[in-house]
Amino acid sequence: MNELNIKYHNNFLKEVEENIEEGEWIKMCMQCGVCSGSCPLGPYWAHPPQELFMMIRAGKREQVLRSDSMWMCTSCYNCVVRCPRKLPITQIMHGIAAYANNLGMAPKIQPTRDFSILFWKNCTRTGRVNELRLTLGLYFNDGLVAGIKKGWAMRNIGLGLMRAGRLNLFELFKGHECKDQKGIHAMLKKAAEIEQRHKHLTA
Amino acid sequence: MSEMKTAAYICQGCGIGERLSAKQMAVVAQKEGKMQLVREHAFLCSAEGVQMIRDDIEKEAVTHIMIAACSRRAKTEAFNFPDVTMTRANIREGVIWSQPEGDAAQEIMQEMADDYVRMGCAEIKKMKLPQGTPDKAQNKRILVVGGGISGLTAALESAEAGYEVLIVEKQKALGGWAARLWKRVPAKSPYTDPIDTGIVDLIASVTQHPRIKVYLNATIAQTSGAPGRFLVHIATENGAAATEEVGAIVQASGFTNYDINKLPELGGGKSQNVVDQAGLEQLAIEAARQGQPVRRPSDGGEVSSVAFIQCAGQRDESGKHLPYCSGHCCNTSIKQAMYFKDSNPGIDTVVIYTDLRTPGMGEDFYRSGQNRGVTFTKGMVSEVAAHGNSCTVKFKDIILNEDSSIEADLVVLATGQVPNSGVNIDLAEDAQAEAKPVSILNLTYRQGKDLPQLKHGLTDSHFICFPYETRRTGIYAAGPVRRPMDIAQATEDATGAALKAIQAVENASLGRAAHPRSGDLSFPIVRLEGCTQCKRCTVECPFGAIDEDEKRYPVFNESRCRRCGTCMGACPVRVISFENYSPDSIGNQIKAVDMPDEFSEKPRILVLACENDAYPALDMAGMQRKVYSAFVRVIPVRCLGSVNTVWITDALNGGWDGVMMMGCKHGDDYQCHFIKGSELANYRMGKIDDTLKQLGLETERVTTCAVAITDSARVAQLINDYAAKIQEIGMSPMKGFA
Repeated sequence: MNELNIKYHNNFLKEVEENIEEGEWIKMCMQCGVCSGSCPLGPYWAHPPQELFMMIRAGKREQVLRSDSMWMCTSCYNCVVRCPRKLPITQIMHGIAAYANNLGMAPKIQPTRDFSILFWKNCTRTGRVNELRLTLGLYFNDGLVAGIKKGWAMRNIGLGLMRAGRLNLFELFKGHECKDQKGIHAMLKKAAEIEQRHKHLTA
Repeated sequence: MSEMKTAAYICQGCGIGERLSAKQMAVVAQKEGKMQLVREHAFLCSAEGVQMIRDDIEKEAVTHIMIAACSRRAKTEAFNFPDVTMTRANIREGVIWSQPEGDAAQEIMQEMADDYVRMGCAEIKKMKLPQGTPDKAQNKRILVVGGGISGLTAALESAEAGYEVLIVEKQKALGGWAARLWKRVPAKSPYTDPIDTGIVDLIASVTQHPRIKVYLNATIAQTSGAPGRFLVHIATENGAAATEEVGAIVQASGFTNYDINKLPELGGGKSQNVVDQAGLEQLAIEAARQGQPVRRPSDGGEVSSVAFIQCAGQRDESGKHLPYCSGHCCNTSIKQAMYFKDSNPGIDTVVIYTDLRTPGMGEDFYRSGQNRGVTFTKGMVSEVAAHGNSCTVKFKDIILNEDSSIEADLVVLATGQVPNSGVNIDLAEDAQAEAKPVSILNLTYRQGKDLPQLKHGLTDSHFICFPYETRRTGIYAAGPVRRPMDIAQATEDATGAALKAIQAVENASLGRAAHPRSGDLSFPIVRLEGCTQCKRCTVECPFGAIDEDEKRYPVFNESRCRRCGTCMGACPVRVISFENYSPDSIGNQIKAVDMPDEFSEKPRILVLACENDAYPALDMAGMQRKVYSAFVRVIPVRCLGSVNTVWITDALNGGWDGVMMMGCKHGDDYQCHFIKGSELANYRMGKIDDTLKQLGLETERVTTCAVAITDSARVAQLINDYAAKIQEIGMSPMKGFA
């Protein structure tokens, strides 16, 4: 099938519905644009939610999945509260982002995505977030020199936190962990399995 | 009731007694008003007060009463004396409630009240008790023109209410467009699926009804007469003719689909695979009959994608196509997309729209379409190109702001409804040569063969207050001939029109007016010996009630009349009047006021207020205690169209300093209850400037303004602004000559 033939037909919409959490809501969008107008970061999105939904219906698979728009969502839920059709827009945005990421189509350099990956790795390792490592990981994301510069710029805040007992440098080596790490890992594995199964069921 | 005995009643209730001297009003009524009986009462609308009036009517043989109390719009149940002539002086809303308290205002407020008493007394002596028109006609049969969903509903509703009905249908079968649909948009909860049209059952109940007679293959060759006595010549296709007498007519002549061939850029007439909505219904019926899914018309191939193009040849701003929205097409396209989705969810259906309008419960239906996977795309279609067995639809996606196109096996154009309203009687015959419309009713009325139209060929009616009532009394338009609509709306419309038709025949049989002065027994009386055959009344009557006889004198068909008095306002020799409303009854009031001299600094401004909107607005201004100038004297008129220029010249000659006319909005979106009244008044007053100049008066001394019933705050401001202007141009030099 050539591109012309699949435009505005339901192929990509079906793919989205089968693979994205809450994706079956997308067809219910009535293009009023309240979500786009309500988004506090709206001006920074290349394609606000309403437009993304239309692109999905128009079958623009590449453009949607390679877009960085849905990564701009900060989960403020303004759109969800206001949507007259009650679409869970925030969830859908995260769903599209996750799907693009799984397919390897997500933009390679995208701060939200970078942070999400860093955070996920950080917290799933021991079952607890290691704040010092997360922060430093973020500082050194752009290279050694940039990391030192950022750390230097934040030194006073860091010292203040240390003095107040809110920051412990030894966290860098081990840090606190949850008691049953094996249990956490088993749970996460199970959750991934369930997610896979769920998608196959709806497919 | 040959002997006239007058009585005036002055109420002291609601604060009138405290704020004003009722005694002085009584003296005015007696001395100046020359009332034979004058009584004051502390609480006139009480049982005791009303009994006092009743006793006077019975024992004192009072025939004409003037009540100085609240507005004529208030306490109508208490002051209901149908056997005597009555007028009311508005002392409560019009004086004490609209004037400030305090000694400073006391003197001019009392003058105001006294004047209203003088005016009431002057008016009552020129009024007679209406006796009802002798043009009483007893035929109560209802003719329904058109056998579609509107016509059938109107017929069945009237018949069920106990009236004989006659249906005249042009086609060889009943049912109209509804019979040509596979299914209809749902009218019942849950509003999710197309449902059966129900037309077969409706046709069966109509044809089996003992009170309904049906003429098929028939048209109306001629309609003459008036409500209660219309004479209709019916011509049938086989040449047979019939003449039937009916009391009222419901015109449900429906619509024609906009010609798809006028849309070649959208593929109309270029490919078999481009159809209008009616065309798709035909395909769906055909497919259902064969037990198959809808096939592509060009080659009978499988349909895998369908595009619906909304507003095809509608909402057009270029002037080439229909400028309006037909209202039903969005829901219809959703319904038709469901035909495909329900037969095979794999068929791709795309609805391309600019604004999806799904009135009523259509929003649920829209959601149901989305749930089925119908794709809705906001876009403007520029071209449909047919090639082979496929079509390319080129459009601009408005959301994505880019030019796009899709391929479809079948393209459905949502074209609009063109009303079957017959001849546009406001256009000259040769101006209509191109369209060659065929008259529906063939009326013998002087003003033309068919119902007057307002815009786009739709029949004219008072859109807000009286939607079914056309400008021909006793003839009611129902369904898409009146405005574009769907089945649900047409059903409702037909029921309303049927009820109006019933109201008309009942009123006609009693010699009373139909709406909006329903039940009014007065009717225009013409003194033919004074008539100059100028034809103004016959031309200007908004309802075509007046014909001409062989000698070119006007013939008043009273039961076609709405009692607006437009003819009375038009008549240059003032030979037209009503028993209780005439050039004299108003003229006498204008002359009755006490006119202060030029040096008193007390100007007098005459306000002629339309009793439908402006007068209630003034009453409400009083209720809200909006203060307006004490120099105005308000006279309610039936319609500004009934204002005769003689009143204006009388007022100016009599020393009035200004005349203000308040009527409803006119123009294309008029609100005049008598359609043309305020427009005519404006037109007539446009010509009064020359008269004013001849009299050496400023043109500002006569003004007209549009007032809606909701304008209670604005109306006080209008009066005050005008009073300030009169103060500025100074007192009239005409005082003291009359």
